[in-house]
Amino acid sequence: MATLHTRASARLMMAPSVIVLFAWMIVPLAMTLYFSFQRYNLLSPDEHGWTGLLNYTYFLTDPAFGDALTNTLLLVGGVLAITVVGGLCLALMLDQPFWGRGIVRLLVIAPFFVMPTVSALVWKNMLMNPVYGVFAWIARTLGVEPIDWLADVPLLSIILIVAWQWLPFATLILLTALQSLDTEQQEAAEMDGAGVVGRFIHLVLPHLARPITVVILIETIFLLGVFAEILVTTGGGPGTATTNIVYLVYSQALLQFDVGGASAGGIVAVVLANIVAVFLIRLIGKNLDR
Amino acid sequence: MGSIHLAKVTKSFGELTVIPSLDLVVEDGEFVVFVGPSGCGKSTLLRLIAGLEDVSSGQILIDGADVTRNAPAQRGLAMVFQSYALYPHMSVYKNIAFPLRMAGIDRTVIDAKVRGAAKALNLTDYLDRRPGQLSGGQRQRVAIGRAIVREPEAFLFDEPLSNLDAALRVAMRLEISELHHQLKTTMIYVTHDQVEAMTMADKIVVLNRGRIEQVGSPLDLYRKPRNRFVAGFIGSPKMNLIDGAEAARHGAAAIGVRPEHLALSLDGGVWKGTVRVSEHLGSDTFLHVDVEGVGVLTVRAGGEFPVHYGDHVWLTPAPDKLHRFNEHGEAL
Ligand SMILES: Nc1ncnc2c1ncn2[C@@H]1O[C@H](COP(=O)(O)OP(=O)(O)OP(=O)(O)O)[C@@H](O)[C@H]1O
Ligand SMILES: [Mg+2]
Repeated sequence: MATLHTRASARLMMAPSVIVLFAWMIVPLAMTLYFSFQRYNLLSPDEHGWTGLLNYTYFLTDPAFGDALTNTLLLVGGVLAITVVGGLCLALMLDQPFWGRGIVRLLVIAPFFVMPTVSALVWKNMLMNPVYGVFAWIARTLGVEPIDWLADVPLLSIILIVAWQWLPFATLILLTALQSLDTEQQEAAEMDGAGVVGRFIHLVLPHLARPITVVILIETIFLLGVFAEILVTTGGGPGTATTNIVYLVYSQALLQFDVGGASAGGIVAVVLANIVAVFLIRLIGKNLDR
Repeated sequence: MGSIHLAKVTKSFGELTVIPSLDLVVEDGEFVVFVGPSGCGKSTLLRLIAGLEDVSSGQILIDGADVTRNAPAQRGLAMVFQSYALYPHMSVYKNIAFPLRMAGIDRTVIDAKVRGAAKALNLTDYLDRRPGQLSGGQRQRVAIGRAIVREPEAFLFDEPLSNLDAALRVAMRLEISELHHQLKTTMIYVTHDQVEAMTMADKIVVLNRGRIEQVGSPLDLYRKPRNRFVAGFIGSPKMNLIDGAEAARHGAAAIGVRPEHLALSLDGGVWKGTVRVSEHLGSDTFLHVDVEGVGVLTVRAGGEFPVHYGDHVWLTPAPDKLHRFNEHGEAL
């Protein structure tokens, strides 16, 4: 198959799509990179020119940057923790035979199909609202002072909303993985005297190591860019309590009209994402090549 | 030590009755083989004994104690599965040590036992490998190692050799027999390979549709099959079963004669036939001979027998080796 000739023609055939994809990626990146070294504010469009690293200095020394970085990591970490643990529990439950399992599976998967803005609005107005939200009603029914979620614990609220959206994804992946667990292995372990907990620790968890890794990697990619949920609920506030890096870039570009600063922020976000990616691959990537 | 007693055991999956009432006694130290065609309930029976399935009714006694409601781990049995069911993410060492770790045994004791078992099974060089890095025969030995370290009351094997190639199967068969002689532990072994059954068993249990057709030593079953089913199942190649006029001549609804009990001659005999396919193995020659009014018979000739497609031969059944069956298929 792999003669020199076929390989050369294969390259030729692939070239158009590779070139288009490459251009698709490299042009915006190059433009962002270019703008990040420019002084370019839409409020004073005539003052532009090279500024060196000034945009970066401003972005990185902005007191909001530290908060945004912490918030980003807390958001990603919190959602990951909830979805992996919760997804594992749900998957284990849905793997058991019980009456109405088909319906329950469908319901569990449903949140994934709701658009982020819609689900964030539903959470904001129907569930977390301190006056007429469901949580407030429950609290009052129990005789407790209701919490004003988005004002008092804004980051936790965002984490809950985003986790709710990603829980189905984790559940689905882990459920399919559970279903591929060999039953004879389970039975062998049962005969070997392993109880439910023993089987979970020694068989199920190692079996799930790889799918859990996949869940973590894929979710991280998307969670670094959470935006819509923040925009429609807290608008990054109160203060910078729920501003993550992406939202900070947005507020630079579209609220302060600073294209140069926003581009620098974008590049910083790309670098950060890559750092996280390298870190993750180092940490758990070995689960993937077995 | 390890006697197993099944009393009126039945098993149904919903509407489907896989095992209608069945009684069986396995003596301590015996090597018992369950044989039968595919789907006859061999695995199900083994899993009932193991406790991996609940009986629908009846009792299972081990050493006289009723274990019908006991969990698998409490029955003191070890099972070797057809797929080996090794734990893929654990090394060979950890696989073998697993039942001991679950029993909370001291680490040094575990180490000694695991190394002992590994030595007995020639696995010492592979202790650090994962199951995925082993050959089929080695995996099989790991599965056996995991079973023997527990020192169970009895071993249960469910077609342990069916994933191996022919040569390895013969070698492993010997190893398991050897192991049985060393350990003297009760073993129950499921197979549908009747050569395995004949060579390994102290006692063969022939199953058909969940019922026991006959229980006995291999040679008992070979010499005195109780019915047509057992007659056709035990022995290789299969016994020739003849009905019709030829059987009526012997006062039976059907007669059976094994390929090795048909004398071959080029000059004369009882039945004259035409040779169809002939299989020359060197040590044996198997001829498929078409006899008019009788049908195609398989004949075994020791050594070489130079006939070919279309040749005429004479067959003579050994009179004292003839099996006669009535219209219900029972031996007369
Ligand atoms: N969990 C189950 N639910 C329903 N029917 C089952 C179940 N397990 C087995 N059976 C049925 O019980 C019968 C006996 O199955 P079993 O696995 O014991 O056969 P076997 O003798 O081991 O066959 P083989 O030689 O092919 O392994 C089969 O008809 C099978 O379809
Ligand atoms: Mg079976």
